[in-house]
Amino acid sequence: MSLLSVENLKVAYGGIQALKGISLEVAPGELVALIGSNGAGKTTALKALAGLLHPAAGKVSYAGKSLHNIPAHQRVRDGLALVPEGRGVFARLSVEENLQMGAYTRNDAAQIGSDLERMYALFPRLAERRAQLAGTLSGGEQQMVAMARALMSRPKLLMLDEPSMGLAPMMVEKIFATIREISTQGVSILLVEQNARLALEAAQRGYVLESGLIALSGVSGELLGSDAVQRAYLGGGREPAGSFSLKTRD
Amino acid sequence: MRIGRPVENKRKAWLAFAALAVMLLVLPFATEALLGRGWVRIVDFALLYIMLALGLNIVVGYAGLLDLGYIAFFAVGAYCYALLGSPQFGLHLPFWIVLPLGALLACVFGVLLGAPTLRLRGDYLAIVTLGFGEIIRIFLNNLNAPVNITNGPQGISMIDPIRIGGFSLNSTHELLGITFPPVHLYYYLFLGVTLLVIFVSLRLEDSRIGRAWMAIREDEVAASAMGINTRNIKLLAFAMGATFGGAAGGLFAGFQGFISPESFGLTESVMVVCMVVLGGMGNIGGVVLGGALLVLLPEALRHGAGPVQQVLFGKMLVDPESLRMLMFGLALVLVMLWRPAGLWPSTQRRRELTPGAGVAHQEQESVYDASK
Repeated sequence: MSLLSVENLKVAYGGIQALKGISLEVAPGELVALIGSNGAGKTTALKALAGLLHPAAGKVSYAGKSLHNIPAHQRVRDGLALVPEGRGVFARLSVEENLQMGAYTRNDAAQIGSDLERMYALFPRLAERRAQLAGTLSGGEQQMVAMARALMSRPKLLMLDEPSMGLAPMMVEKIFATIREISTQGVSILLVEQNARLALEAAQRGYVLESGLIALSGVSGELLGSDAVQRAYLGGGREPAGSFSLKTRD
Repeated sequence: MRIGRPVENKRKAWLAFAALAVMLLVLPFATEALLGRGWVRIVDFALLYIMLALGLNIVVGYAGLLDLGYIAFFAVGAYCYALLGSPQFGLHLPFWIVLPLGALLACVFGVLLGAPTLRLRGDYLAIVTLGFGEIIRIFLNNLNAPVNITNGPQGISMIDPIRIGGFSLNSTHELLGITFPPVHLYYYLFLGVTLLVIFVSLRLEDSRIGRAWMAIREDEVAASAMGINTRNIKLLAFAMGATFGGAAGGLFAGFQGFISPESFGLTESVMVVCMVVLGGMGNIGGVVLGGALLVLLPEALRHGAGPVQQVLFGKMLVDPESLRMLMFGLALVLVMLWRPAGLWPSTQRRRELTPGAGVAHQEQESVYDASK
């Protein structure tokens, strides 16, 4: 049975349909990538799953229960954690205070303390900077804070929104290595990325989102090898960039 | 030596605490002896404004919701006290019923203001709250027709003084051989309430709720993603802030004996915001300092500007009243230029604005470190 299953999810901003009915699944322990270009609806999908946006239609069930009308803060309690786009660290709180904020829904002080140490083991950079204000960290370090903070809620499903955004290549590699490590620890991950190659290399399965619809889906290896993905996202085609005509949907 | 040090520190802390307590206790007598009784009254007002500033600090300093109509809650508390304890309706309910009722009513108004503005932030919220403050004032100004409720611009006079049992704070009492005039008695009452407000603020700051407020202040979406019920927590900030404002309003009405809509204008709201920002947003010590300074400084300028001009120029060049506001504005500008985080900023603001954090330098370093 899948941990998260989305059926025909539609989200609209005013009159504009951002998601025109997408379906996807995440199995327990799985790392699934949701890739697509700018404006395809990736962030909208994650926000709707986190409860920050209200879908116009569709069914979302998580751990066998419908998420309909469950508010965002309750979803965190149930183990659904979001690392928002642009990280959203609490800039004027220290690294440690940020991580403690992540455990807001929990009240087992002793366990929180040991989880904090686990996070510092996972992100040694943060251990060095635990007293520093999160707003003064580099982009990569802020991404680490955001991820560690989300993990502090002990999620079953971690949703990452563009963790590579605006980071130096070396930092991106580091972040992705950590994502794989988190995945091997048994946390299910739904990874939204613009960097298709990186995301698909890390994930077991992937979905390609295009103008609010799932254009392609499959096992990562197949997607990476497929012509459409190669051409559209990985720059493998012969045509110059910008003149593609995507015909993946029909 | 090593073992002795903590004990010594503890003793020092206790000594400082005791010294402060004695100072606060003799303050009205010292003030009266040095500056006259009028100044004790000003100190009483300073305490009222400190209560207000501490209440607003919850909304602005902790939760980061800029409220420019905060004085409305002060007005609600004051009018609740005045209407239920004056000849206006012939009601003379006791202080211990009217004051909590005023605080509660202000709390309800806080939620009423908070609920429709939940989705607003920053400038937009400021504009709506500003409007709310004005609506309350204009209502109070006009609710004398067709049915006279608030007595309109004339205000309500002969409000019952605060009386605890048979002990009226409005008459001179002699206790243990010391004579306590009314202003002194009000001072002790206000001091007690202010200390209570400080205590509650301290506890809130260090609580789950306090941390949730700070998270909302920093990033509301992320706070929601942490599992914080942002709607309820924001409403709670409005309600708590308003409650303190309402309580202060009740005390104000009882102390003053007369209130009119004029005391609850936009200038007063802005003044309270200034106290919070100038003193140090989010830091209780700073807010207390800001409240005290912003009440005492204009008064000092009012009383000092005339004589100083006489001494310097031999005649009055500028009317002290207009000079007072000019100097006051100048002082505000200077403080904001030299201490942008406030006179006594919270540790967070201080850390943030300390030079040498070297963000750009760290950016480079972290890329380099990534290869390690």
